[in-house]
Amino acid sequence: MKRTFLGEFEEIVLLTVAILGEEAYGVSITQELEQKTGRSVGFSTVHTTLQRLEEKGFLTSQMGGATAERGGRRKRFFTVTATGRKALVEVKQVREELWGALPPQTLQLMGG
Amino acid sequence: MMKRKHPPRWATTLLRWWADPNTSEEVEGDLLELYTHWVQTVGVQKANWKYTLNTLKLLRPFAKNKRAHYPKTYLYSPTMLQNYFKVAFRNLLKYTGYSFINVTGLATGMAVAILISLWLYDELSYNKQFENYDRIVQVMQHQTFDGQVNTQTANPYLMGDEIRNKYPHDFKHIVMSSWTNGHILAYGDKKLTKMGNYFEPGITEMLSLQMLKGSRAGLNDVNSILLSESVAKAYFGSEDPMGKVMKIDNKNDVKVTGVYKDLPYNSDFKDLTFLLPWSLYLSSQPWIKEMTNPWRSNFTQTYAMLADHADIDQVSAKIKDVKLHKVRPEERAFKPVVFLQPMSKWHLYAEFKNGINIGGRIEFVWLFGIIGGFVLLLACINFMNLSTARSEKRAKEVGVRKAVGSVRGQLINQFLSESLLVTILSFGLAIVLVQLVLPIFNEMADKKITVLWREPLFWLSGIGFTVLTGIIAGSYPAFYLSSFRPVQVLKGTFRVGRFASVPRKVLVILQFTVSVALIIGTMVVFQQIDFAKKRPAGYAIDKLLFVPISTPDLTNKYEVVRNDLLKTGAIAEVSKSSSPITSVWAINNGYSWKGKDTGIQGNFAAVSATHDFGKTIGWELKEGRDFSRDFPTDSSAMILNETAVKFMGLKKPVGEIVKIDNKEFHVIGVVKDLVMQSPYQPVFRTSFVLDYNDASVINIKINATTNTSDALPKIEAVFRKHNPAAPFEYQFIDEEYAKKFTDEVRIGKLATSFTILAIFISCLGLFGLASFVAEQRTKEIGIRKVLGASISNLWGLLSREFVILVMIACGIAGPIMWYAMNNWMQKFDYRTEISWWIFVVTAILAVSIALLTVSYQAIKAAIINPVKSLKSE
Repeated sequence: MKRTFLGEFEEIVLLTVAILGEEAYGVSITQELEQKTGRSVGFSTVHTTLQRLEEKGFLTSQMGGATAERGGRRKRFFTVTATGRKALVEVKQVREELWGALPPQTLQLMGG
Repeated sequence: MMKRKHPPRWATTLLRWWADPNTSEEVEGDLLELYTHWVQTVGVQKANWKYTLNTLKLLRPFAKNKRAHYPKTYLYSPTMLQNYFKVAFRNLLKYTGYSFINVTGLATGMAVAILISLWLYDELSYNKQFENYDRIVQVMQHQTFDGQVNTQTANPYLMGDEIRNKYPHDFKHIVMSSWTNGHILAYGDKKLTKMGNYFEPGITEMLSLQMLKGSRAGLNDVNSILLSESVAKAYFGSEDPMGKVMKIDNKNDVKVTGVYKDLPYNSDFKDLTFLLPWSLYLSSQPWIKEMTNPWRSNFTQTYAMLADHADIDQVSAKIKDVKLHKVRPEERAFKPVVFLQPMSKWHLYAEFKNGINIGGRIEFVWLFGIIGGFVLLLACINFMNLSTARSEKRAKEVGVRKAVGSVRGQLINQFLSESLLVTILSFGLAIVLVQLVLPIFNEMADKKITVLWREPLFWLSGIGFTVLTGIIAGSYPAFYLSSFRPVQVLKGTFRVGRFASVPRKVLVILQFTVSVALIIGTMVVFQQIDFAKKRPAGYAIDKLLFVPISTPDLTNKYEVVRNDLLKTGAIAEVSKSSSPITSVWAINNGYSWKGKDTGIQGNFAAVSATHDFGKTIGWELKEGRDFSRDFPTDSSAMILNETAVKFMGLKKPVGEIVKIDNKEFHVIGVVKDLVMQSPYQPVFRTSFVLDYNDASVINIKINATTNTSDALPKIEAVFRKHNPAAPFEYQFIDEEYAKKFTDEVRIGKLATSFTILAIFISCLGLFGLASFVAEQRTKEIGIRKVLGASISNLWGLLSREFVILVMIACGIAGPIMWYAMNNWMQKFDYRTEISWWIFVVTAILAVSIALLTVSYQAIKAAIINPVKSLKSE
């Protein structure tokens, strides 16, 4: 079965959405990413990635939660789909397999 | 609290226009939220910078709206169209009362408009059936008498020859003719009076007669006659009329040389049922020879057809002096100016005032055109008023439809199809109505109009108008109501503004202004007719009749006839005269008298009569005496009317000498003015002299105690005996006198019918509106009743508004009509003043009609049990 490729940034965004649970929308995701990774993330990049993830079927979304601060506009809340979760698990497994295959002396050298 | 900062406006705008439409809402929101965050953490300037940068990165100018793919709605699919009309039809049936008012009102208005259009079409197409319509002209002349320019069609009989010889290149045909009169046409035992005229042979080509038998050359022979199809049928039936010999006026034998198709009814030649050759006229009237040189009386008509290249104005200018040098020097003072009147103006522009063509029937064309337009407008106003009033009731329906999923287009189509259905039904009904009313209308308007079933223009304008009215009337509910927000409407928070009824009120006022104006106009017309009818005629028109002297027999045997008539005992008096008392046939010049101002020419209406004339017609002597057999000198006696005496400036007229062309007359008496011509004009100066030879009619006065129906057979017997060659024909003076009012009475009658229709339509509309208002206020009325309002209270409440509107309408129409009718009256010299009571009566009438209409609904609403009205819904 051909697996959909999940890029590095995509993986992080997808994970963040999963972390935020019901509160995952554009702004919260961007801010969470900045906090957790410490790198400056552009909103536009996050937005585009979210769009792409939704197209690939890893995310679904629904509208809701308008506030005055947003000029009455609703937010788009994202949730990870089953496919999304599967993809995350697969990525993690691949990583773990690779880590496991690492020779012990190399692992020691890396301070692990 | 910190003042709220706003991100750069232009960036936001950019975003709104060019960002991906599928995500624009959350993106805009997210960016705003972030901006606030940035302002707090990194400052305004940095925030602005970040905001802009993000915006630019998010622009997706080519993105398409993916999410808005609703299923397509079909506005015009056959199923939808069927549905529109089905629902429309159900709505019509549900509100039968409204639908009835709507359809009836609109159909009446349309029927009136169609009738008037047909009438206008008929008037405007008068004479147009002639192939040479553009080229045919009549030669006419202006003459100046005492500063007044008179215009006439009568010309000296040599006019034709003169023009023919002098201007041969400008005309294709020149046709002299006499007048279309009744002539006795006899074949075997059959003797009938038919209308016909003498013409030069060119007439057949000019009018492009369609010959059923014979050829257009049929008038070339002196003793020939061309018959119209109907006359040929009347005399010969299925026999072949060609070559048969008929007798004219018991004098001349003529041979039938052709039969032509009857001339169109809406033309000036409609009465022309047979044609005789001009040469026969000349040979049978020997006195004409004396009229040759210099030219004398104007007693013939001249028709002509222009050559193809000739321009009517140029030719008209060329021939203007053609008569001037041919007449006697004293007649030159009348400055005869000959001109050409084109056929297109004969019917609608026949009136001249002081030598200027001022119009004529075209006034009626305008008048009825305007009336028709107004009646139609009234009907449309009704229709619009009712549909807008009703539409407010349907706001809920709109709400529900929208909630269920109708799009606006569907609602628009729904309302438009409803109003279209009504107009289409009305148009159908209108055509049926027109077909039913047409015979009555034709009789009233003296027309032979048919519906133009085959005229594409008729259908095009009819259907075009129907659709247009439907769309205009339906546009308010269609476009306004369909814009309602379903939530508001269904919650009941929707309010029609205070001014929503203003256009409706304006329309009601307009409607009643028109109706009231029509009432006033009609009443003034009838007041004027009545005024002229009550004018003293100066003679006794009852039981007075005249018989035309149609054959030489009557001239020769007059005394015998008179004696025989008197012997019957049914007859009071018999006399001869040169013209019937109801008309002036001759106006003569050359009168002079003592003290005559040399500046005036002095022309008088001249009547020749016999001794018993005065007694027959019953004139009233003011001074002097009547003609008498006791005075042999009366052969040179003259009686004048009052106007003549005033004109001549005679203090003591009796005994004065009046000269007509060197012949002396002595005035023996003065009679009160006799209305012989138009009853709307001043009586013309008239002279009466004795002359037993110059006579055209025999006047007969029936005994006051004898019944007309008993006397007539006795009179007929005498004429049958002494004048066997002619059918017995007579005319009653009272009928002739009544004919002077025909035109005005006809206009009056037509105007009355249209007025009644206009009022009817307005009332229908008012009725509908009142019922609507009553229905709208059902609850209010219920509460008022519970609180103790009486029926009369409520009646006043509901009626007041409409009465005020009608009164405003009266206030507008009154002054306008006063001005307009005063203008109209100017054309009558003998006219009444417009009485103030007409306005009062009209106002009372309008208000009471409106009140009656409204009251039915008002009282109905007022007596309803409040329990019922309050528990509704």
